[in-house]
Amino acid sequence: MTDLTGQTIAQARDGLARGDFTAVELADAHIAKIEKARGLNAFVTETPEQARAMAAQSDKRRSEGNVLPLDGIPLGIKDLYATEGVHTQSCSHILDAFKPKYESTVTANLWRDGAVMLGKLNMDEFAMGSSNETSYYGPVASPWLPPNWPEDKARAALAGNKQGLLVPGGSSGGSASAVAARLCLGATASDTGGSIRQPAAFTGTVGIKPTYGRCSRWGMVAFASSLDQAGPITRDVRDAAIMLKSMAGFDAKDSTCADLPVPDYEASIGKSVKGLKIGIPKEYRMDGMPEEIEALWQKGIDWLKDAGAEIVEVSLPHTRTALPAYYIVAPAEASSNLARYDGVRYGLRVPGRDIADMYQKTRAEGFGKEVRRRIMIGTYVLSAGYYDAYYLRAQKIRTLIKQDFEKVFDTGVDALLTPATPSAAFGIGEKAGADPVEMYLNDVFTVTVNMAGLPGIAVPGGLSGEGLPLGLQLIGRPFDEETLFTLGSAIEKAAGTIDLPEPWWT
Amino acid sequence: MSVDQATVRRIARLARIEVKDDEVPHLQEELNAILAFVEELSAVDVEGVEPMTSVTPMKLRMREDKVTDHAGADVVVANAPDHEDHFFSVPKVVE
Repeated sequence: MTDLTGQTIAQARDGLARGDFTAVELADAHIAKIEKARGLNAFVTETPEQARAMAAQSDKRRSEGNVLPLDGIPLGIKDLYATEGVHTQSCSHILDAFKPKYESTVTANLWRDGAVMLGKLNMDEFAMGSSNETSYYGPVASPWLPPNWPEDKARAALAGNKQGLLVPGGSSGGSASAVAARLCLGATASDTGGSIRQPAAFTGTVGIKPTYGRCSRWGMVAFASSLDQAGPITRDVRDAAIMLKSMAGFDAKDSTCADLPVPDYEASIGKSVKGLKIGIPKEYRMDGMPEEIEALWQKGIDWLKDAGAEIVEVSLPHTRTALPAYYIVAPAEASSNLARYDGVRYGLRVPGRDIADMYQKTRAEGFGKEVRRRIMIGTYVLSAGYYDAYYLRAQKIRTLIKQDFEKVFDTGVDALLTPATPSAAFGIGEKAGADPVEMYLNDVFTVTVNMAGLPGIAVPGGLSGEGLPLGLQLIGRPFDEETLFTLGSAIEKAAGTIDLPEPWWT
Repeated sequence: MSVDQATVRRIARLARIEVKDDEVPHLQEELNAILAFVEELSAVDVEGVEPMTSVTPMKLRMREDKVTDHAGADVVVANAPDHEDHFFSVPKVVE
């Protein structure tokens, strides 16, 4: 039998259907790979028994002729999805020992369709970060070797403090690392400012953040409720379409979840892009943008033009304001959402002289540095006397950002093409300096999409001069993920396959 | 706008996060870096612009006012650090 872990979801689905291997064999192959890849720190909890039991049920269903859309497909789940009876902490110390008594809607949808859970994936604490370095469980290493590093040097770093190895991006760093290292066929992720698309771009994988409201947020640990959205990270565009089809759909338990039918996204793969109008937003050509990012963007433009799409330059005048406005809106919502962690109903409790002292000590010890910082900024911008100057102004700017996109789409533009990130992956510890803003700049191309509630997909476009993956981003109209899958698959076809790194980490 | 050390302490108290004296200067520096970053927003013309309240046009759904999926008190307190007889236990609040 060939290596079962190197397949796409679509290939595994076909192999299972032909009877080339069983779901249990597929699960076992991944379980063995995960055990050998512990140095990457992609998983925070492994659930091999659960995986084998779910796979056995899948095999039984198949033998009875009752096959589900994702039957027997082994997946990793980001730690912020509530999974009944299984570690769910959003990789925070404050949710110590929390094991939910319920299942998130998105994961329930995946199990309904026959998927198999391999375990929970590492992430930035409460999804606040762009490098997976804020996790209580330590940083995740990317399976991509740092430029010019021999394998033994990387293995030594992996066994030590991981400094200098590459970040997988964040906040869905465990998801991206696990998918790129072939530890699972696909993974759930989530995106508040770029947390699906940036790690996908950094690891040579595909990630889609669907339209706000496409997936239910019920049972996902909240960060910023008006921006958070679930989505998959996979090894190709077709797999992202397959996974999103199962994850998406109406849920009465999330009042912001859209009551719309879910299209068959896979049918959009490989469709002609002839006649589609692609906007190139001129404001995304930032000062000091590395030449190779500029060159990648131009390649993307050429590929779509060659495939028959019409390219037009467009303007989104408020682009520059999106990132600063995000750093008011997101912390404000976070400070409110994270007020629930009080040491009373679940998670960590640190004793104090009275109840207020217990709250303060619990929250000081339970939250990491970045989370504390964002809660404090959020508290400040919502406090009396500052609300109008900061929060209200940021919400007005958000309206302007959304109007920018609406005006462009009103001219008949079907989608926008931009780079996914301003650079390739950087090293663990490299941006540990005093200024938090340096890290925030990672999301400069992705955050506008969350502010406007639009769908965005990151697709590998090629390699940097140093041999690291770079991604392109496509931004679509609300609830038009189908066009993104069509365009994404066209870019994928033109760019050619990116060879994921061979395992040096075992 | 920037914050002084007294404001840092006040924010921490509002956020119910204990901050030690030696952490204050560093926090002040970080918060001011973020506030400097968002400063450029004050130059944007927002005259007559409605603040966003919902990113996609949607009507808040109503449902019948009845119990839906209540799983029972055992389940509700199952993850509590301290509980007794289906109540959450906390340090004494009233003297």
